[in-house]
Amino acid sequence: MGLDDVVIVGMAETDLGVVTDRGPMELGVQATKLALDDAGLDLRAIDGLITCNSLVHPVMYHAEATAEYLGIEPRHCLSVGTGGGTTFTALRYAAAAIQTGMAHTVVVSMADSMRSFMTRERAMIVQASSGHPLYEQPYGPTVPAYYALIARAHMAEFGTTEEQFAEAMVSSREWSAMNPTAQYRERITVNDVMTSKPIADPLKMLDCSIVSDGGAAIVLTSRERAADLPHAPISILGYGEGHSYEHISQSKNLTTSAALRSGQLAYADAGLTARDIDIAQLYDCFSPALLIQLEDLGFCDKGEGGAFLQSGATRPGGSLPVNTHGGMLSHCHPGNPGAMFGLTEAIAQFRGLAGPRQQQDPQHILLHAQGGIMSSHATVILGRGV
Amino acid sequence: MQKVLPDPSPLARPYFDGCREGQLLLQSCQTCDKPQFYPRVVCSHCGASTLHWTPASGRGSVASFTIVRRAVSQAYDAPYVLALIDLAEGPRMMSQVIDVDIDTMTVGIEVSVAFEAWSDEIDMPVFRPV
Repeated sequence: MGLDDVVIVGMAETDLGVVTDRGPMELGVQATKLALDDAGLDLRAIDGLITCNSLVHPVMYHAEATAEYLGIEPRHCLSVGTGGGTTFTALRYAAAAIQTGMAHTVVVSMADSMRSFMTRERAMIVQASSGHPLYEQPYGPTVPAYYALIARAHMAEFGTTEEQFAEAMVSSREWSAMNPTAQYRERITVNDVMTSKPIADPLKMLDCSIVSDGGAAIVLTSRERAADLPHAPISILGYGEGHSYEHISQSKNLTTSAALRSGQLAYADAGLTARDIDIAQLYDCFSPALLIQLEDLGFCDKGEGGAFLQSGATRPGGSLPVNTHGGMLSHCHPGNPGAMFGLTEAIAQFRGLAGPRQQQDPQHILLHAQGGIMSSHATVILGRGV
Repeated sequence: MQKVLPDPSPLARPYFDGCREGQLLLQSCQTCDKPQFYPRVVCSHCGASTLHWTPASGRGSVASFTIVRRAVSQAYDAPYVLALIDLAEGPRMMSQVIDVDIDTMTVGIEVSVAFEAWSDEIDMPVFRPV
């Protein structure tokens, strides 16, 4: 069975933003149940379950614990841990499990509660612990600081300005203003970003993604089985990964990431180029990450990401709508599941359910996620169902 | 609250012993002749395991930096300059730049190593402008 024979047939999001009455496991279970309802399937239809661990309440065997909670006995369970890149790595493993006959119907479910179930101080320390314990962490890096190193290098090499980085949040809020589930929906200006609290120069508070609670899940099965299900199936046209280091101090090139390789592989797999992409859902954990992905994924030339953002191309009405739900800068960022909401939004766009954010008949949507400090990259290109 | 202090593995011990003696040590490969940082059991350039410790010049340049305004914990006094240093010998490492005017700090400035006693056991290599 080829990748063509695997499709996405269901999706759901939980309550998002600030959710104080349920923790990560409950949100993950809720997402799974809702996604199955959406797919018109019963819990017992799942024979594969792929999850990612919670940073807030980690458990030793996360997918197995989730299956137990649901009272199901799948024949395939897997917890994936590639940080922010987990979403699309998990999606590809789910497809591979179906291709190889390890499972027929697989749910990918992720949730966490960084906002309400972890103090800000603890969250800072947990996230910064991705740094090397001997050679990085002692120097007091924070996650924004890691990305600030990348931003500063881009400024030095290409003349990118702080005002250009600020455009990332401006664009994000233009989209989230139209999304009732987004945590932050107020439109802002470049000046608002420039005058927000300094975090790690050149990054300010409004260059950084938000902290949220929430979860989402999708359901994958064979194209053959999808014929009996309610929604038009969504195809996985291409996939690629790129990995060039884990710790930022081991990066050989601070301004070109392995998103370049990841994107090239996904485009080649799909037989498409950046010009064929109607919507891009990118990993906007920090403004420089978004800017460099726009370059590395071929939407503009290297060094031109700042000007591209400034041109308004990524905003509503622009030539490349980016993060039409509001992204992790404004919509929802519970931790590792952050990219799930770009995925559910992509499915909503294909189904024509995106309300005022709806783009006209999108055919190809590119999704990209990355874990670590622009370390582990995964790109997926989805195609409209037929 | 305490700073994050390294707990050196046997492999890393010579590096931190060197720091206590005021010397920055790098592993160098006897097969391909290239230095590497951080210490490993294999050469990350050629895969050989013929590694030995050699003193570095302690000179380098700032590949990038950030002024951390919001510290990772109360053990760190913000603002502080977190930087990636390209050592003269080639390898890149994370460190802090000290004794610098943070308003005039730029990418590319030349720096040299200094050692700060962070505990009875650990001296950390940091850098200051040349």
